[in-house]
Amino acid sequence: MKFVDEFRDGALARGLAATVAAEADPARDYTLMEFCGGHTHAITRYGLEDLLPRNIRFIHGPGCPVCVLPVGRIDNAIELARRPEVILCSYGDVLRVPASHRTSLQRARAEGADVRMIWSSLDALRIARENPSREVVFLAIGFETTTPPTAVALQQARAEGLANFTVFCNHVLTPAAIQNILESPQLRELGSVPLDGFIGPSHVSAIIGSRPYEYFAEEYQKPVVIAGFEPLDVLQAVLMLVRQINAGRFAVENQYTRAVTREGNLKAQRLVAEVFELRESFEWRGLGEVPYSALRLRPDYAAFDAERRFNIAYHAVPDARSCDCGAILRGLKHPVECKLFATACTPESPIGSCMVSSEGACSAYYSYGRHRAPESPA
Amino acid sequence: MSHPLDLKQGRVEMAHGGGGRAMAQLIRELFLPFMESPALRAGNDGALLARPEGRLVVATDSHVITPLFFPGGDIGSLAVHGTLNDVAMMGARPIALSAGFILEEGLPLADLARIAQSMGEAARAAGVPIVTGDTKVVERGKGDGLYINTTGIGVVADGVELGGERARPGDHLLLSGTLGDHGIAILAQRENLAFASDIRSDSAALHGLVATMLDAAPGLRCLRDPTRGGLAAALNEIAGQSGVGALIREAAIRLRPPVRAVCELLGLDPLNIANEGKLLAISPPGESARLLAAMRAHPLGHDAALIGECIADPHHFVQMETRFGGRRTVDWLASEPLPRIC
Ligand code: SF4
Repeated sequence: MKFVDEFRDGALARGLAATVAAEADPARDYTLMEFCGGHTHAITRYGLEDLLPRNIRFIHGPGCPVCVLPVGRIDNAIELARRPEVILCSYGDVLRVPASHRTSLQRARAEGADVRMIWSSLDALRIARENPSREVVFLAIGFETTTPPTAVALQQARAEGLANFTVFCNHVLTPAAIQNILESPQLRELGSVPLDGFIGPSHVSAIIGSRPYEYFAEEYQKPVVIAGFEPLDVLQAVLMLVRQINAGRFAVENQYTRAVTREGNLKAQRLVAEVFELRESFEWRGLGEVPYSALRLRPDYAAFDAERRFNIAYHAVPDARSCDCGAILRGLKHPVECKLFATACTPESPIGSCMVSSEGACSAYYSYGRHRAPESPA
Repeated sequence: MSHPLDLKQGRVEMAHGGGGRAMAQLIRELFLPFMESPALRAGNDGALLARPEGRLVVATDSHVITPLFFPGGDIGSLAVHGTLNDVAMMGARPIALSAGFILEEGLPLADLARIAQSMGEAARAAGVPIVTGDTKVVERGKGDGLYINTTGIGVVADGVELGGERARPGDHLLLSGTLGDHGIAILAQRENLAFASDIRSDSAALHGLVATMLDAAPGLRCLRDPTRGGLAAALNEIAGQSGVGALIREAAIRLRPPVRAVCELLGLDPLNIANEGKLLAISPPGESARLLAAMRAHPLGHDAALIGECIADPHHFVQMETRFGGRRTVDWLASEPLPRIC
């Protein structure tokens, strides 16, 4: 398990940062969006902004699975969890996401709902087997990385004929979100938000491959460099982007060759295609309705679809007023520009979803970058 | 005379907490053989202790942990070490422990015996007797097997003044060893992380190390064991109490390679992970070299290191210089450590 240290080498990092400083044109800004929360986390946690020249600016994209889940879907999940026969299972951070009426799944649990935190989709299956008289619902969320494990759980449930197991599917797709950001009027027409290139997803790309980004790079003329989550990966990706931008190129390049190929993981893609199909539209927190951006269960798996079994009706709910998560998820605002940041909104009592998971931009800045904004209270 | 307890197949029953013969038998046959002490053997409602010289420290800690057994210890040894360490962090020499058990009906007596034995061994190794105890039983489903509360009493020598409010800008921060071993060992066991099965909890009693440290650095300002919330919580607590900031260096903080690997894979921050056999010491700069040497000479401080300083900061932030030379805030954790989803 030596691999970690190799990618943590401080001297290498300083060397890379110095190369970026030497090659970046001081007369211009380089505004780079990292799509994934994992990258946001690495940038803030390792203080990478301190190493890089000031004209390299990061804007933080919507790639945080917990952050983009809209209030209405959490409301649905809470309603489900309050049914006495239901055991609702989900990943830890999901339980803390604020929903309507100042509730959350965690609050619902304190009030008596049976909500369980799990580490993997297979834990939910186990709970279903152990509780045959209860309805076990797995609240599935996440991008292309968490979809295959949900598919595995569903296949297994069907093979076993597990009648008390269903999935409330909220899996979303990365390329659709990137396209939505690139299509936003602020970017396309107004040009009020500069965006010079993307640091492309890490684990997501290991599944979907680098090919899906080729269209964006070409159509919107933005370079994309797929990068791992280690701090050195990020620095190297920044250098590759600076070089592309300087040369006026907009190609898809792959820094993360140790995990990502052009085609991706075909086996995982087939698995997902067997179990899921595209939704026409899905609401994202921050982005609103995004066409063809999410998955639902195929008709073959209807028996395991919580939306059908419990007749879940979706109602869109606006985000908390004065929470800027929406603008932050689109890269239009920086967390510290939100009036509530570190005052009314903290990781202990989050108002928006971006303050909940460690992959959220507000949480990352609160936890790792607060010393930069000393006007905020300790 | 009733049959002896069946320590192989038997289970805890409601009657074992009922105050009758069954309870007396449980204490006599299961607890006493492992936790022998004159006060306990006397069988009175409380323990009579001789009055010691000096000021007294009292600390209490309740232990609720799943799994009950983990690599490097179990809830019994942990209950002894945890409370002894709370006493020791006040600069005290622990002299007595109490133990209160809340047992869940159905708990295998074999497990209970194993835990009682490990508690007795931990107390004996630490040289601190368990002088009084209590046992209650709750119905099946109302407890996680068992909970243990321990209270410790210790004596502080004259002249020793330790406290979280005593840190001053310029003071040195010393850490007695690697971080994260306990928390990651528990997590690996609980979540069945096969690749991490060789990580052991660092659970240990630290009062011996503390005594050595007090000899070497009589001006010591503060000691804290970074348990729940990890080093990040300990530093933030002290920064708040003393009204100072702190700056630590990531490169000076040691992690065992498998602990580092688990943290990396799951996206956990080792600064937030619990330790049960480590301490953070704050010392005036003039005494820190001697203190560090004394810590390194002790088996429980072998990997001790100077990890940073207290600084003047009106916001009382804890900051860390990363291995890359950047800086970041070191914050409390809002909830328990969770793996990343993406
Ligand atoms: S700081 Fe809180 S309220 Fe403001 S944008 Fe972030 S999550 Fe929303």
